[in-house]
Amino acid sequence: MVRDVFTIVMVAAGAFFFLAGTVGLLRFPDTLTRLHALTKADNLGLGLVVLGLLLRVQGPLGALKLVAVWLLVQLAGATVSQLIAGAARRGEPSA
Amino acid sequence: MTMAMALDSGLAVVVLAVAGWTIAARGTFAAVVGFVSYGLLLTLVWVRLEAVDVALTEAAIGSGLTGALLIGAAARLRAGEASPVEGPGVVLRLEIAVLSATVAVALAIAVLLLPDPAPTLAPAAAENATATGLGNPVTNVLIAFRAMDTLLEKVVLALALVGVWSLAPDRVWGGYPGPRHRSDPHGVLAFFARLLPPLGIVVGIYILWAGADHPGGAFQGGTILAAMWLLVMMAGLTDAPPVSRRWLRLVLIVGPVVFLVVGLGGLWLGDAFLAYPAAHAKPLILTIEFAMTLTIAATLGLLLAGPPERKLS
Repeated sequence: MVRDVFTIVMVAAGAFFFLAGTVGLLRFPDTLTRLHALTKADNLGLGLVVLGLLLRVQGPLGALKLVAVWLLVQLAGATVSQLIAGAARRGEPSA
Repeated sequence: MTMAMALDSGLAVVVLAVAGWTIAARGTFAAVVGFVSYGLLLTLVWVRLEAVDVALTEAAIGSGLTGALLIGAAARLRAGEASPVEGPGVVLRLEIAVLSATVAVALAIAVLLLPDPAPTLAPAAAENATATGLGNPVTNVLIAFRAMDTLLEKVVLALALVGVWSLAPDRVWGGYPGPRHRSDPHGVLAFFARLLPPLGIVVGIYILWAGADHPGGAFQGGTILAAMWLLVMMAGLTDAPPVSRRWLRLVLIVGPVVFLVVGLGGLWLGDAFLAYPAAHAKPLILTIEFAMTLTIAATLGLLLAGPPERKLS
């Protein structure tokens, strides 16, 4: 019961950050602020979803895989945001 | 309406919407972004259909690799887009629309007219699953029951690379493919290209190895290896090898050659061409898959690297 409530609260909070990130992506005025909104969805949103699902997996190996997914997404997200922000600052075309 | 039903219908609607948006998008780059999202959504559809092997392939090839190829094409086209280029006229557009709609309707009719339950060879494949010693029925079909299709598929890959290479002008033939990528050696891309490949190579080999008994296989594993190679090349940490290198040519053909040799061996050791002697089926299949993975990784990497552009110095 407690585990169910924990999962529901965490995944719902994660979904909220994804929603907020998407709204930010659509409404913010320029590339840098839009990137800022997106990284919140990646880091916090996915992090909370993973946290909520951690108690659902069977065994520590499954939990490790979930955490690895989160870390890999963080790594890829951070790198790509840096590259896009760099390109935006140099004034390269960004569609 | 159950939860799963709501999820599936939502997914179907989003897939259709993204497909429509991709067709309607005016900019080439926007259309490519739409196509990549469409591929990722299709991956989810395959997962929902419990076809994880297909989902992996769709994510790796359909969305990832094809997306990267299309982004490259869009970047090359961008120069031409600034000037008013001659687009297809109204009549041509109408004809294209009618042709596409006809194909779509014909496909829809064909699917709707399928007898229920649809004819399937799945029980036959499941019954003979023990013949090869592999636990993944999809790998069984790909590498044993329909080995001829898979062999020809790999040959097609080689032909695709020949097609790309044949775009090279004579004076740079045999040289280095694509531009020499450079990036700040202390920058974030170079850091990423040092950090990720060790992980990616392990994951790629794992997916190849797991393909015997679980979803995965040579194509998915090879694509991940190719992606790691491309990352290192694009970060400027290494250069693409000149297309005239002997070792490179050998890697490019080792997969189909091993497949053919084992297949021909089946003529006198087994029952027929591409028939594996039952006692050695599993080691033979693994050998083929390993050779295939090498060839697939090299071919896909070079497909994306492009035709030779720089002379051999």
